[in-house]
Amino acid sequence: MPFQNRGTARPNENEPEVGFRKYLVLVAIAVFAASGDVCLARGMRDFGAVSLANAGGLLTALLNPWIIIGILLLICFFGSYLTALSWADLTYVLPATAISYVMMALLAQRLLNEHVTTRHWLGIGLVTLGVGFVAAGPSRTTRRRHDRDLSMGASEGKQ
Amino acid sequence: MSAIATWGGVAAIVISATAGDVLQASAMRQIGDLGLIRQAHGMGEVTRRIVTNSRFMIGMIFMTLGFFSLLTTLSWADVSVVGPASASLTFVANAIAARIFLHEDVCRRRWTAALFVAAGVALLAS
Repeated sequence: MPFQNRGTARPNENEPEVGFRKYLVLVAIAVFAASGDVCLARGMRDFGAVSLANAGGLLTALLNPWIIIGILLLICFFGSYLTALSWADLTYVLPATAISYVMMALLAQRLLNEHVTTRHWLGIGLVTLGVGFVAAGPSRTTRRRHDRDLSMGASEGKQ
Repeated sequence: MSAIATWGGVAAIVISATAGDVLQASAMRQIGDLGLIRQAHGMGEVTRRIVTNSRFMIGMIFMTLGFFSLLTTLSWADVSVVGPASASLTFVANAIAARIFLHEDVCRRRWTAALFVAAGVALLAS
C-alpha cells in the first residue's frame, strides 16, 4: 500500500531548489553520521566481539563513553535527517549526504588505524561519484499520480 | 568472524534501515516542513507532531533493530567496510522502496547513481 501524503501544505513543492541553510543541514547530516559511526566503532573495539548467543551483552556496551558519544552524535544526525526529509525526497537526502562515506574512511584511517586499501578508496570514490549525480538534481520529485494524491490529501487531511 | 556472518549482519542492517527510512520519510511528508512549523508554532509543536505520528514510531522500531544490527556487525568487521557497504546497499533498496511506496520519481539520473553505488559496494566487498 503506498504511503500517501496527507499533511500540511509544502510551499517549496514546486520550487525544489536547495538554499544555503538547507545545504548546511545536508552537511550536518554527513558530519554527524560519519563521526557517530566512528565513535561507535571505537567503543565496540573496547567491548570486543559480540556473539549471537550473548546478544543481551550489547546492553553493557551502552555504558561505554565512546558508545555514548556516538549515540549523542547520531541523535544530532537524526534531527538533521528528519529536517531534511521534511522538504526533500528520501532518494535525494541519502545520496546528497554520501560525502559521509569519505569522512568515515578518513576518520577510521586516522583515529582507528584501520587499513583502507586502494581498492576501498576506489569503491568509496565510485559511491561518492554515483550519488553526486543526485545532489545536482531537484530535491523533491513526485510522479503525476502522487501529485494528484497530494492535492486530494491536502484538502482532506489537514491537521 | 566469517565473511558470511559479516554480510548477514549487513543484510539485517539494510532491511531494517530501509523499512525505517521509508516509514519516516512518509511520516515527515505527513507532518510537513519542520522549519515552517517551528517558526509558526515553536519547537514543542514540532516534537509533538513527530512523536505522535504512528508511522514515525513504527519506523523508529525498525531503526532500533538496524542500530543493534550495526553495533553487532561493527564488532565483527571494520567500520570502513560495514559503514559504506550497509549505507550504499540501503541507498539502492531505498530507491526501489521509495518508488513503490512513496511514489518518488526515481529518474534515470538516480538509477545511474545506483549503478555507480553498486559498483562501489562490489569493490568494498571484494
